[in-house]
Amino acid sequence: MPQLRLTGRGLWITALIVPPLAFVALFVVYPIISAFAYAFFDWNGLLRGEFVGLDNFHTVLFVEPYASWTRNAFSHNIIVFFALMVLQNGLGFFLAYALWRELPGARFHRIAVFLPVVLSTIIVGYLFKLFLHPLFGVVNISLRGMGLGELAQPWLGQSSTALWALIAANAWHMVGFPTLVFLAGMQRIPTEMLDAVRMETRSEWVKITKIVWPLVAPSATVVFVLLFVGAFNWFELPYVMAGLDGSPFGSTDVLGLYFYRTAFGNVSSGQQDFGLGSALAVLIFLFIAVIAGLITVRLRAREIQL
Amino acid sequence: MPSTIIRIGAALAAMSVAAPAMAQDLTFWSWRQEDRAQYEQFIDTFEAANPGITVTFETFEATNYNTILATALAGGSGPDLMMVRAYGGLESIAVPGYLEPLTTETVPALADYTPEALAAETVRADGKVYAVPFASQTQLVIYNKKIFDDAGLSEPQTWDEFMALSQKLKDSGIIPIANGTATAWQNETVTFDFVSSLMGKDFVADIMSGETDFTDERFTNALAALKDLSQYFPDGFIGLDYASAQQLFSSGMAAMFGGGSYELATFRAQNPDLELGVFAAPGRTAEDEKLVALYFDGGYAANAAGANKEAALKFINYLASTEFGQAFADNLNNISTAPGVTFQDPLLAEVAELNTSSIPYLFLVSFRYGEPSGSVLIQSEVQKLFAGETTPEAAGQAITDGLKVWYEPFQD
Repeated sequence: MPQLRLTGRGLWITALIVPPLAFVALFVVYPIISAFAYAFFDWNGLLRGEFVGLDNFHTVLFVEPYASWTRNAFSHNIIVFFALMVLQNGLGFFLAYALWRELPGARFHRIAVFLPVVLSTIIVGYLFKLFLHPLFGVVNISLRGMGLGELAQPWLGQSSTALWALIAANAWHMVGFPTLVFLAGMQRIPTEMLDAVRMETRSEWVKITKIVWPLVAPSATVVFVLLFVGAFNWFELPYVMAGLDGSPFGSTDVLGLYFYRTAFGNVSSGQQDFGLGSALAVLIFLFIAVIAGLITVRLRAREIQL
Repeated sequence: MPSTIIRIGAALAAMSVAAPAMAQDLTFWSWRQEDRAQYEQFIDTFEAANPGITVTFETFEATNYNTILATALAGGSGPDLMMVRAYGGLESIAVPGYLEPLTTETVPALADYTPEALAAETVRADGKVYAVPFASQTQLVIYNKKIFDDAGLSEPQTWDEFMALSQKLKDSGIIPIANGTATAWQNETVTFDFVSSLMGKDFVADIMSGETDFTDERFTNALAALKDLSQYFPDGFIGLDYASAQQLFSSGMAAMFGGGSYELATFRAQNPDLELGVFAAPGRTAEDEKLVALYFDGGYAANAAGANKEAALKFINYLASTEFGQAFADNLNNISTAPGVTFQDPLLAEVAELNTSSIPYLFLVSFRYGEPSGSVLIQSEVQKLFAGETTPEAAGQAITDGLKVWYEPFQD
């Protein structure tokens, strides 16, 4: 018969598990559920009105002006995701490979690449705002100094460059993270396997595509899923660099900013609307949860157990 | 002997019950962290005149103030007294019934406030005033007197003079106008700082009466002139943020700044040596009335569910008084809305003088009651205009179409 009595060990485990569980329930599970509930009500400022069923969801998805705002923000999240997939994860992979191959100065570069990751997003945002300053920014000054003055741009003021400037800042900030994860994955590859490859070919490219890339698949799963979640929850950097409105004229607007504006209002918008904001939050949450789940399942399937 | 003890006990008990009612503690919330010292002085003056009432001043971060206040009020832990925003920002708090309506019976001084000022703190649906308006802000042109004097320039009387003067400054290597428009709300302010006189009072009256919309030539021509003027903004100004633009002006690198009267205090703090002047941007001809754009900032309100409402109303009455308005103007360098206030500071006196010919700061005053708000629309359309991605006519059309969604006079 199984022991149900709380032994000393059981007591310990309970005592250690209950506080964090209660914490998570109170500060994670409860807010998510209440946001879910809020989305089904009409709101007048912060005063809850009637139950309106799926009206709020319908409004943010199909009623103007919300529908085009939602589409606009969502499309930018998609651009951000794919751009960072290349610039951040792609570059991260090759940086990791270079570090793993112990090219000259690898020790220094390992630190240099990872250093920006520890900076706060707020600092990085302000730093890049200064770099991209149209008059005194180091980017425009360097371009002028090289005689390429006509390439100097008001980077954050043009719809054609603003989002890309933010993406570049994010890639610079976070590239160290996928690098570190890939590097850890590469260091786990057994040396016998690498010796065996060396007998077959001298081509680095074959080594990367046939051996390294398949064997770091678990690392890829981690960085891909985290990037997906991060790209669709993107908020701090656009907030610092472009402001709540996704300036200029919505060309840097992403779901995070749009949600915040809708739920909490900002100085220029009309009334805050918790119902619509919550509906947006629920949609973002469901989208991320479902797609991240699918990505994880698919990527897990191609991982090779060593 | 025991009876004495009982009597003393009873007396103590009675006192402890009565005590909370006697000492009336009020809390007063504000987003003006920078004005704490002055407010504490105002409160001291009030407390000296009203023994038994104590007021505690608490401040919160400005951008999140409305959210914090609304959440506290909804949760029943709101303050007795509070600063509230005006127009749409007021309604989100007043409509759910958190604020005590004010009448000329409870606050007699309100009778002497201007209708425009009271309108800022009135809920449109019930026509009741919910707060004592405290300050007006004026959108105008601020200039560096020294730069103007050195270049032999004076305040322009016509639009052509304004353009010529800007060209002259540019030729001499000075940035004529400091503004940058990467920060979205700056696009709305520059519009009303520079081309209010070109729009004119009649246009605003026609908009308010629903006789015209923003496709009106008076509006689109004004936008075209603004676009033309933007050649005198800094290079790459569409990528220049608000804080950098302020610094260009306060450091003396630029001669003019289109901004609100609230900028004056900032510029003085950033560079005390700056000699500031203000003017209303001119119309086409010298005969056209020179207009500034005027709006009201916020007000003082009392909690409808407050425990010490009577004491709170006493304090509200103090805040509505000319005596307080005068202290407010003298110590905080703001244009108080209280009746009968005179301005010692020459610059403030000049702003108050300019206020006598004004149009409302239109999109804030009348078009922030629905989504998309007029402010969001004009900000993004003017931003597009500056970036060369729209024309004045298309911008006017887009603003009108956007407002049509909720603004009934535009629906046909």
